[in-house]
Amino acid sequence: MAVEQSLTPRGEQTRIHDIGYRHYDGPRLGRAYARRSLYSQSLRGSYGLGRSVKSKVLPMLLFVVMCVPALIMVAVAVATKAKALPVDYTRYAVIMQAVIGLYVASQGPQSVSRDLRFKTVPLYFSRPIETVDYVRAKYAALASALFVLTAAPLIVLYVGALLAKLDFADQTKGFGQGLVSVALLSLLFAGIGLVISSVTPRRGFGIAAVIAALTISYGAVSTVQAIAFEQSSSSAVPWLGLFSPITLIDGVQTAFLGATSAFPGGEGPSSGQGVVYLVVVLGLIAGSYGLLMRRYRKVGL
Amino acid sequence: MYDPTVARLTYRALLGRRRALILCALPVLLIVISAAVRSFAGADDQVASDLLGGFALATMVPIIGVIAGTGAIGPEIDDGSVVYLLAKPVKRPTIIFTKLIVAIAVTMAFSALPTFIAGMILNGNGQQVAVAYTVAALVASIAYAALFLLLGTVTRHAVVFGLVYALVWEALFGSLVSGARTLSVQQWALAVGHKVTGGDLVTSDVGLPTATVLLVVVTVLATWYAGQRLRSLTLAGEE
Repeated sequence: MAVEQSLTPRGEQTRIHDIGYRHYDGPRLGRAYARRSLYSQSLRGSYGLGRSVKSKVLPMLLFVVMCVPALIMVAVAVATKAKALPVDYTRYAVIMQAVIGLYVASQGPQSVSRDLRFKTVPLYFSRPIETVDYVRAKYAALASALFVLTAAPLIVLYVGALLAKLDFADQTKGFGQGLVSVALLSLLFAGIGLVISSVTPRRGFGIAAVIAALTISYGAVSTVQAIAFEQSSSSAVPWLGLFSPITLIDGVQTAFLGATSAFPGGEGPSSGQGVVYLVVVLGLIAGSYGLLMRRYRKVGL
Repeated sequence: MYDPTVARLTYRALLGRRRALILCALPVLLIVISAAVRSFAGADDQVASDLLGGFALATMVPIIGVIAGTGAIGPEIDDGSVVYLLAKPVKRPTIIFTKLIVAIAVTMAFSALPTFIAGMILNGNGQQVAVAYTVAALVASIAYAALFLLLGTVTRHAVVFGLVYALVWEALFGSLVSGARTLSVQQWALAVGHKVTGGDLVTSDVGLPTATVLLVVVTVLATWYAGQRLRSLTLAGEE
């Protein structure tokens, strides 16, 4: 030992002791790989894959609940040889918004609150990923999970429509419009859900806060819209729709994606108002991304 | 049957920090909307009834009930600190009963009171609309608090299941399948509200005797079973 020590260069003499662990000299997969792993793990986690059986129940149940009405509609359309599907592709998500809201509320906090509560966020950042990677991976994962949830029934409807020998060009156009609309919806809902749930380390509280933000705003907006419509001030109806996430999506798809509005009296926004809707939606998505970046700039470190 | 220390701790858990914010946000929103509607549309009994029925009783009361009911016991079971409470020589049904009283009080304070204020703003209690919905909210608070307190002892995902009941069952199925309305706390509460005022604006699909019996049965049964659950509570690890 003594001989060896005298041979080592001067700089390494400061080391107190070398207990002989082998260094890792394999390939280093780097930042992009870590980000991809975080994304795929979060996405799998949103459906309970790779987690306990108990945590699979709720997301899978919601997924089934989301798809079953589509299956029933398709079955009816095929059996009765209907000329059109009972529901537009763009309308489906608006009808099933309670299920989508519950999914965001249950999986958003699951994705980020537990990291905060068990203080695992610093461990992520000890890997070669930065704040921006964490935020993008989580955001992309939840948005993808939501897209899977909302696009799956549309695929069911589309396949069913083709089986029922409905007009191919017409159905494909509607299907495409529906996909664009649910993609926008997924981004918007994922952003709102993640921003709210990243504030609290308690899962139950995060769930309540997300569902309150989504449902209460919708309840308030639709009630006030109905009153405005009854008071025959229908011009105010489209502007009121700006204040809740699902009516925002409804407005955008009414203006640009050929949907019929679910607003009272079908008073959807015109193209001019539609631009405002689109700007607000994109602003909310960008804003929630910005808030998340701000939130994770120095979390738990 | 009532333990002041448990009650004090529960109040602090329910109203402490940010939880109180969300509890306050909903009533404030209701009152702001009522003021806005009043200034737009003026006093109108039908509008007042729509707003109180559609927003206050159908959306706000259940959500406050979920937050207060599950929040009274859920977090303690979730983080395991309930063992310190259970280790004390206090009967477990007493713990449940005390927490129920607190949950009811909080739900009433944050849902029935704002409903009354909103009703007064909307039409100054014309045709007894404000009083009817306040009574309905009071009655619903009791049943919701008991129901969601039970959920808090049964499952770790109490908030989700509570919301599924409140939003999917009562709102979605209740509007599609009329049979589901018979099994809805909201309709039972409306039946009581209808009886109290005798007006035509507040109506329910359930008769008063059925509603009262079901309300009492649900509340008592839920409280009793929650006590049983707490007696045989096993603390599971983190999933």
